[in-house]
Amino acid sequence: MGNVPTTVKHCLSYEQLIEDYPWLRRWLQEDKTITGHAYPEFVKIVEVGPRDGLQNEKEIVPTGVKIQLIDMLSGTGLSVIEATSFVSSKWVPQMADHTDVLRGIQRASNVQYPVLTPNLQGFQDAVAAGATEVAVFGSASETFSKKNINCSVDESMLRFEEVINAAKKRQIPVRGYVSCALGCPHEGHIEPSKVAEVAKRLYEMGCYEISLGDTIGIGTPGSMLKMLQRVMKDVPINALAVHCHDTYGQALPNILTALQMGVSVVDSAVAGLGGCPYAQGSSGNVSTEDVLYMLHGMGIETGVNIAKVIEAGSFICSALSRETNSKVAQARSTACCDASL
Amino acid sequence: MGNVPTTVKHCLSYEQLIEDYPWLRRWLQEDKEIVPTGVKIQLIDMLSGTGLSVIEATSFVSSKWVPQMADHTDVLRGIQRASNVQYPVLTPNLQGFQDAVAAGATEVAVFGSASETFSKKNINCSVDESMLRFEEVINAAKKRQIPVRGYVSCALGCPHEGHIEPSKVAEVAKRLYEMGCYEISLGDTIGIGTPGSMLKMLQRVMKDVPINALAVHCHDTYGQALPNILTALQMGVSVVDSAVAGLGGCPYAQGSSGNVSTEDVLYMLHGMGIETGVNIAKVIEAGSFICSALSRETNSKVAQARSTACCDASL
Repeated sequence: MGNVPTTVKHCLSYEQLIEDYPWLRRWLQEDKTITGHAYPEFVKIVEVGPRDGLQNEKEIVPTGVKIQLIDMLSGTGLSVIEATSFVSSKWVPQMADHTDVLRGIQRASNVQYPVLTPNLQGFQDAVAAGATEVAVFGSASETFSKKNINCSVDESMLRFEEVINAAKKRQIPVRGYVSCALGCPHEGHIEPSKVAEVAKRLYEMGCYEISLGDTIGIGTPGSMLKMLQRVMKDVPINALAVHCHDTYGQALPNILTALQMGVSVVDSAVAGLGGCPYAQGSSGNVSTEDVLYMLHGMGIETGVNIAKVIEAGSFICSALSRETNSKVAQARSTACCDASL
Repeated sequence: MGNVPTTVKHCLSYEQLIEDYPWLRRWLQEDKEIVPTGVKIQLIDMLSGTGLSVIEATSFVSSKWVPQMADHTDVLRGIQRASNVQYPVLTPNLQGFQDAVAAGATEVAVFGSASETFSKKNINCSVDESMLRFEEVINAAKKRQIPVRGYVSCALGCPHEGHIEPSKVAEVAKRLYEMGCYEISLGDTIGIGTPGSMLKMLQRVMKDVPINALAVHCHDTYGQALPNILTALQMGVSVVDSAVAGLGGCPYAQGSSGNVSTEDVLYMLHGMGIETGVNIAKVIEAGSFICSALSRETNSKVAQARSTACCDASL
């Protein structure tokens, strides 16, 4: 440890105090530069369970259950909860009750409730229902764009531009997503430069944040690193988020890699809701509980109460008659050992 | 991996995966089913053809304690040993070591603990007492030029004591290393570690044991195994324990997962351009075989995705 400053060496001899003293956690953040990695002090979690999660569940969830889930999540400390999607119910019947959900939730004052708005019509419906933040979904893959939203990437950008311009007039923030950022179920490998191109377009059109999605979960720390290195040349790091799927079990190491690159916004879904539509029976979204467990264990603050998220997860899984995908929730429900959360 | 030091890059390019079977012993205890000797032998033989260089085959513990391993001699004698593969076996004491040698063992392993309570509950003696037993084994092994691997359990926490001081882990690891173990595997026995605690523990242990003699044995009970392994790699560790199909639950959290899946570890490493010499598709096959024999689903997400995916994720 020859390159450690004297003050750090001094602290190291009192390592046993780390658990008891919050200031030591901040010290640990500095200490991490020893390994060449500095982590953010705070990570914002964007909870996508009610939208991305439930949209990909087989069961159609009653409106009242959705509302209750969102209300429970509103009390956990999460600052962003993606509530629903104003897509045509012909395409996504699970989100047909979007207006009732958005009107029915009890909005917490310090929480944002973005909703998906794929086009101007959807945006107008969302605003009429009281939306105060919206999201648009681009793709780094031409084939995925055509199969998923029935138009090319360029055509989708025109639609999003309409939404973003309309949102600007109302001072409604817009979040942009780029799907297939680490691979496409149809095209396979996706060039980081293509991801950067789409991210840059969305950012320059006016999206305040771009969430880069590993739609089929095939990414690894290797591909995450390369993709972020390229995208960061065109979009500021503090405007980037990662949306990792856990289909191949790689979500947490990929998120860790993103944090090491300077990303400080992470999308996740309570209970790991939402399977992978491209690999039936496989998992999709990473579990919010598992992400929180990792971040808190690293001394990174999130403002979120993990126990309350576990409760919300337990509620929705019971309503869906399914098991949680969260390993933390599974372990906590059965453990006789007292792992501190 | 642009921020990884040169020496770590060097170690990372020659990583070996170790196949660990304590998971199987614990799983067997839970399931109360005794896996037929023939099935065990077939599994090991399949794994021998995957490129793995180390496969922990069985345990020479008294069959009173672990009846599922009562066939240890038959297993060790029955497997078809590949020339480039080591088949270490667990030998908790001198008697077990002698039985293992008689059965043809050419590498053995001893299991220490960083937690006094865990040591007493798991192997019925204190850490100091266990070290005396292991010293006998290691000395006997030295005379026969049989390498000994050391394990330190509860390296990131104990089911009974909770937090475990990194200095205690270092103390036990150092003792095992100085007694003669060529490698020390640091085990997150209940899977509660995170990159934060892994970092702190390794920083401390590395002061006393050379990094190239360290391995990590991460459990996935809280889903933290892969980020913990990634952290260890970034610290310079280049030996990782894992279990095919992620079999073996956590005996301290019924229904929860235990060992990290070899397939998922391989997927991550290969995706990072790190060589292992292991054919992931063949490991998936072996996992499929043992899960079928055990009538259970795999714990490997990669195996699950591959069995159902219509997208062609390169392995």
